[in-house]
Amino acid sequence: MSAILPPQHRIWWKQPVDKIEIVWIVIAFVWCMIMFFMMPYWHVFGKQNLSTETYRVKPELFAKATQEMVDKYTVRTEGPNKVPVVAPPAGSDVYLIARLWDWWPILELENGKSYRLNLTSMDYQHGFSLQPENINIQILPGYQHVVTVTPNRTGQYAIVCNEFCGIGHHKMVSRLYVK
Amino acid sequence: MATAAAQYRICPRTGLQFHKSAEALIKVNAVAGVVALLLGGVLALLITLTRWQAVHLIDANEFYLILTAHGLDMLVVWIIFFEMAILYFCSSTLLRCRLATPRLAWFAFALMVIGTVTFNVVIFTGDATVMMTSYPPMPAHPAFYLGLILFAVGALIGCFIFLGTLVVAKAEKTYEGSVPLVTFGAITACIIAIFTIASGAIILIPTFLWSAGYISHIDPAMYRVIWWAFGHSAQQINVAAHIAVWYAIAAIVFGAKPMSERVSRFAFLLYILFLQLASAHHILADPAVGTEWKVFNTSYAMYLAVLASMLHGLTVPGAIEAAQRAKGYTKGLFEWLRKAPWGNPVFSGMFISLIGFGFLGGISGVMMGTEQLNMIIHNTIYVPGHFHATVVIGTTLAFMSLTYFLLPTLFNRELILPGWAKLQPYVFGLGMGAFTLAMMGAGTLGVPRRHWDITFAGAALPYEFPGTALLMIAIFGIAGVIAVIGGAMYIVVTVGTILFGKKLDAGAYSTKVTPLRLPVQVSLVEDGGHGGGWGVPGTFVFAMVFLVAFVLYYFVNWKYLSTVWGLS
Repeated sequence: MSAILPPQHRIWWKQPVDKIEIVWIVIAFVWCMIMFFMMPYWHVFGKQNLSTETYRVKPELFAKATQEMVDKYTVRTEGPNKVPVVAPPAGSDVYLIARLWDWWPILELENGKSYRLNLTSMDYQHGFSLQPENINIQILPGYQHVVTVTPNRTGQYAIVCNEFCGIGHHKMVSRLYVK
Repeated sequence: MATAAAQYRICPRTGLQFHKSAEALIKVNAVAGVVALLLGGVLALLITLTRWQAVHLIDANEFYLILTAHGLDMLVVWIIFFEMAILYFCSSTLLRCRLATPRLAWFAFALMVIGTVTFNVVIFTGDATVMMTSYPPMPAHPAFYLGLILFAVGALIGCFIFLGTLVVAKAEKTYEGSVPLVTFGAITACIIAIFTIASGAIILIPTFLWSAGYISHIDPAMYRVIWWAFGHSAQQINVAAHIAVWYAIAAIVFGAKPMSERVSRFAFLLYILFLQLASAHHILADPAVGTEWKVFNTSYAMYLAVLASMLHGLTVPGAIEAAQRAKGYTKGLFEWLRKAPWGNPVFSGMFISLIGFGFLGGISGVMMGTEQLNMIIHNTIYVPGHFHATVVIGTTLAFMSLTYFLLPTLFNRELILPGWAKLQPYVFGLGMGAFTLAMMGAGTLGVPRRHWDITFAGAALPYEFPGTALLMIAIFGIAGVIAVIGGAMYIVVTVGTILFGKKLDAGAYSTKVTPLRLPVQVSLVEDGGHGGGWGVPGTFVFAMVFLVAFVLYYFVNWKYLSTVWGLS
């Protein structure tokens, strides 16, 4: 009798189950519950949870808010394209634009302080990937995603795009500083 | 309707009965799958040799184009054609009945071929370099979506023919009692497939209209939620199908019977109930959907589908162990395994598939599918590392093993190059194993997926990945080439066998259907399970090793997450 033939016992659902299977079902089920409750547990006690604060947004409005921040808080420019480096005050709303194919502007944050990081795309979907921290967030056009971030190490970081966005995708990389 | 023509033959080697129409359809679907595998394999080599930074073979334009084609030809075309063959086999052949509406099945096959050709032509002419996922608002040529829709409609028809065949078997009483477990697994795959294809239609039809200019806007968040109900559920068809294949191979090679019909069928039922929630896995790092939605759905309703996979992970090797022990391989914990036919590619491929799927694909999948842990994995090369472990080591290798069984019984040919066939699962499985591990390693270090150049040459503000990441990518390159060699060996052996293998006795066609008549027992206690005790201690030890690896790796990832920036 085998798995490619009909069950040997007509009333197979009344056949006894091996002890070994029952023990494994119990162990596996307990482990599944532990894994499940880890997620709500981390929402209560953990410090890394992705915000779901989202607004529909028109790209022009988001660009305007970003421009205002850049006008107020730019400290220097960097790179061949003179990208502004912006040091906004701790606790404030900071804006980062993803577009074909760069990030704008460069943010300079203070270690240990929290910022409301506003993300959106001007065109296609992009992927916010903070390196070497390896924090990855999807960016959708038309949606403004507000994530509160609290840097915990000083230094120079990179923001890599990790959602395919066309032929310039692999050049879409920028910086972020934490002082 | 059953006609008077001689339609049925019984394979003299396996005793399986083939209905002529079903036989032809199983053959063409399997062959179409292998052709797609060949194409996808060539593309795989080009992709590997490009991402391997030391070689960096083709230019960016072609790379993204080829990556789009590779994804669709492998993940969709190869696997679904082969699954159509499996559906027809599990219904008409295992239940010993005629296939329902063979003409419609040919029509479905034609639609799938036309669809495949359509989207491939569009991709290779450069009008649809949008990756398999084709996220809007990045547009592709309308014919790209149309090709996908045609393919999906063909597959959907195939699913209904499968269901119709089950009805035929029941009505014409070609078997007694319940369907075999393997057929039950195929039914699971079919039900998930119908859900999957419906989701695909719901999102691809409007996207097609959008790209043709009739609809002004496709919401990117909505697209992702519904597209992934197609994209991820399609992989769950594979899981159900390849686990059915594992059970089938255990039965074919060892005469193994399920440890308990109840447990195995219940596990398949859990798949039907919960697997399609997996759309959420892809939305965890997204705006626009809520935390509760993410947590409930990503865990397949509290991990009940993971539980199902863990059950199959015990019951498949458990069935083999029980069968081996019954044959007298009872020494110690593992004599049953040591004395298994490791030189038989049907078995070795299946067993490597099982181990690779569980340890590499399963564990990594749960990591990525954990709401918070996803943030340190999303869209890195860890993701393709995971799904190459599930879909290539798991599904593809299981299908390859099944082919070695089908060649003599379905195609009636003796294997050419048996030495190659013997080695093939090892070359392919171990190559893929190293390949996926290297990808997961590189992904943990932040290397993005779908990326032509991680050295960022020519970028204004480039970033340098740690040396370890580049080392991982080099290992990925070497292992990828080994895996491609393993894949090529499979193609050579199978195509060579079909064309040049020695013809075997096929058995004569007759008009008679030979129904399956078993000495069905009514007793409830006799021969239930395997002694009702600890009949399979070796398998249990394996399961515990798996659990320990799973638990450790799970908490290592939480530890890693706890060190990154605060996010709220």
